[in-house]
Amino acid sequence: MKASPQLFAPLARLLHWLMALMVIAMLFIGAGLAASVSERHAWLIQLHKPLGIAILALVIVRLVVRFSTQQPPLPQDLPQWQVLAAKASHLMLYGLMLALPLLGWAMISAAGDPVMLSSSVRLPALVEANAPLFALLRKAHGYLAYLLFLTVLVHLAAALFHGLIRRDGVLQSMTGTKD
Amino acid sequence: MLDHPSPPRPALSTASLVVRLAAIGVVVAGLAAAFAYVNGTLDPQRLRPKTLVNALETNNGVHPGYRRNHAKGVCVAGYFQSSAEARAYSSAEVFSEAKTPLIGRFALPSGNPYAPDSSVPIRSFAVQFSQANGQQWRTGMNSMPVFPVGTPEAFYQLLKAGAPDPATGKPNPANMPAFFAAHPEAAPFLAWVKTAKPSASYATETYNGINAFYLVNGEGKRQAVRWAVVPQSQDAVGDTAVDGSDFLEKDLVQRLAAGPLRWQLNMTLANPGDVLDDASKPWSGPHTVLNAGTLVVQSSQPQADGDCRDINFDPLILPSGIQASNDPLLAARSAAYASSYLRRAGEVSPLHHAPQESKP
Repeated sequence: MKASPQLFAPLARLLHWLMALMVIAMLFIGAGLAASVSERHAWLIQLHKPLGIAILALVIVRLVVRFSTQQPPLPQDLPQWQVLAAKASHLMLYGLMLALPLLGWAMISAAGDPVMLSSSVRLPALVEANAPLFALLRKAHGYLAYLLFLTVLVHLAAALFHGLIRRDGVLQSMTGTKD
Repeated sequence: MLDHPSPPRPALSTASLVVRLAAIGVVVAGLAAAFAYVNGTLDPQRLRPKTLVNALETNNGVHPGYRRNHAKGVCVAGYFQSSAEARAYSSAEVFSEAKTPLIGRFALPSGNPYAPDSSVPIRSFAVQFSQANGQQWRTGMNSMPVFPVGTPEAFYQLLKAGAPDPATGKPNPANMPAFFAAHPEAAPFLAWVKTAKPSASYATETYNGINAFYLVNGEGKRQAVRWAVVPQSQDAVGDTAVDGSDFLEKDLVQRLAAGPLRWQLNMTLANPGDVLDDASKPWSGPHTVLNAGTLVVQSSQPQADGDCRDINFDPLILPSGIQASNDPLLAARSAAYASSYLRRAGEVSPLHHAPQESKP
């Protein structure tokens, strides 16, 4: 049996930090466009759609990487509730990163709008035009984005807690700075 | 198989622990605060889509299922027949294909779905062109040639000037004159309103796109334009309001029973120096006008179940070959329409319980 690694695989780390930037940017872009009537609204939405599809593609790659590489184990002395919280929050992060772009794609489809990633690149509709379904999906997209932002905050706080307070190597397993 | 041992960690002093916990708190709270600023929570003065839609609801009342503006209307369907004239200027398929199906909607420019047809001299025509390649062009046009104001902020002030006074239930009569005194940019609109009469028919009106856009050809060359649809071989303008308050839809149904109605799509090419980012400014003097083709309206449907009901006529839904100008009203219309659309999309069933007769 192979010894457990102390670090996440290099590709897993690269994907994590790339997607961390993209997801945080995406959350701010989404919140900004929904709260603006200025020109920002128009260009943020043009950024939001292709970035969302890029995140969807990357999260699929990332799930493949996750299941085909070994994860460093959590410290043995980590309290059970923190182990559970770590597992649950990771499940939540993956689930929301997958669900939000799909909801965005589906809600544009349900509105009967063409799903344009640029002035000429169009994705097929994910669902048929249906206004009540649009209202449901659009609200879900907004509320779940807030849930994702909260989960990201908790994840960040926990990572810093591991790095600064517990100093147990968990943060370093993702930064790659552990020797 | 043992997990890796944790590295040795000397205990933190209380002071160090407090500093480190505080640092984590600062990072997390800082990110949360930045987010709260961006989403408007910490920036209450910002004009948001919902601010505009709330103002429309304040002025007109809340009518579930209806558009929050241009609430009273009728769906139509037909097709667009392109001419060759716009092809050199735009690569959009709507101009290269002979025929493109369209769904449209004629409406009154008020958020009150029971407004009498004679209450305003303005009529609107919104159109969705569905290209064979799946791209769409949506445009909302109005019978006035210019918009009263050039910015979303000024439009919001205009809505506030028309808001009912809680004490009387009616707008303060001094507000509107005060607004227009403070907004000289509204002069061209006011000059038009003076001569405008509520028409007896949707069919006799010219509808103007008002905002500037760019036509973009295959080489990427951009030409700024404003577009309008001009009625063809329909009765002369001048018939003014007839009796009753719901004559426009009846008139349309009657005319369509006799045959299709046609409008010519005119593209007015901007001259150097024409203002592209202010819809309150007319383009004066001689201009080249392209006849881009003909809109043929063949049938109508009541809006409660019509094909136009669930369309958000967002002016930024454009095909490749047509681009938005930097007119700030375009982004504001797009953002506010999305907010109105979200509200009414979840309220479809009340449309069927609406009173049949107009309210006074």
